[in-house]
Amino acid sequence: MEFKPLTCEDKPKVRFLVVDDSVFARKNLCKMVQAFGGEIAGEAGDGVAAIAEYDSTHPDIVLMDITMPKMEGIEAVEHIVRDHPDARIVMVSSVGYQDNILSALQKGARHFVQKPVKPEALYEIIRYVLNDKVAEAPATAGEA
Amino acid sequence: MKMELIQPFINSLDAVIAETMGCSAEIADVTMEEGNYKRTGIAALVGISGEIEGRVILDMETAAAQQAAADLSGAAGNPTDETARETVCELTNMVIGNAVTQLNDHGFKFRVHPPEIYALDGGLQGAPDTEAVVLRFETPKGAVYLNIAVRYRQRRAGERAATRVLCP
Repeated sequence: MEFKPLTCEDKPKVRFLVVDDSVFARKNLCKMVQAFGGEIAGEAGDGVAAIAEYDSTHPDIVLMDITMPKMEGIEAVEHIVRDHPDARIVMVSSVGYQDNILSALQKGARHFVQKPVKPEALYEIIRYVLNDKVAEAPATAGEA
Repeated sequence: MKMELIQPFINSLDAVIAETMGCSAEIADVTMEEGNYKRTGIAALVGISGEIEGRVILDMETAAAQQAAADLSGAAGNPTDETARETVCELTNMVIGNAVTQLNDHGFKFRVHPPEIYALDGGLQGAPDTEAVVLRFETPKGAVYLNIAVRYRQRRAGERAATRVLCP
């Protein structure tokens, strides 16, 4: 499938930070990012490394896993957004239950994609987030 | 072990295999196991803690794992053993993550730990009071085994309390 190259604020390429403890998952996400016309600014295998990598690379978008050693993705989102309120972070995880999604969005993530990732779905979500839109939180049990 | 705990893992494996490998997975055999689990090919283990606790192992015949690695990486030629191991880890992460999502949305609160490659040749000793269900799935690319050993934590605590009353 062909994708129209992503754009962001007149930059020639959208720069991504890819965070996942699985090297294999990172490679696959990087391949998708390149198919979208994006550029890999950095990679990290846990939440602690993600914070450091964000500080040094200032990417346009972060793709962040949740279940990782040392520090989980949701905690890393909290740290990054506290220091960089404009950070655009998309959670990419196989664990997609409502509490997790809600918690990630409350900490400042912009969207959530469940694994296995469909490239066309990820592309649309990144385009949405690049326009500074934020996903709506899922309804909780107490809501209608 | 109750079916309500097992069914989400079956649904999830079926969906993940279809999505990532583009083929179906049919249940070919179901057995109960109390002793050590000896892997068949390349296996990864995920621990679960919370209201439900235990572990799940996804074990793929080596040929199936290598085919999955080739399908998922899209690389030409035979994938390395390392790539096949990483593929099994990631498939395990997806299967268990999706199952856990279904269970959490049905009210069970617990968390999963990152997958680890299960490389022991001598077998993994199960918990003495938890039997494992082993499901063998047949796919056109080889067999995939799912070894599920999970239990309700609260019920186990209740059983311990009852034992203390009976055997002070």
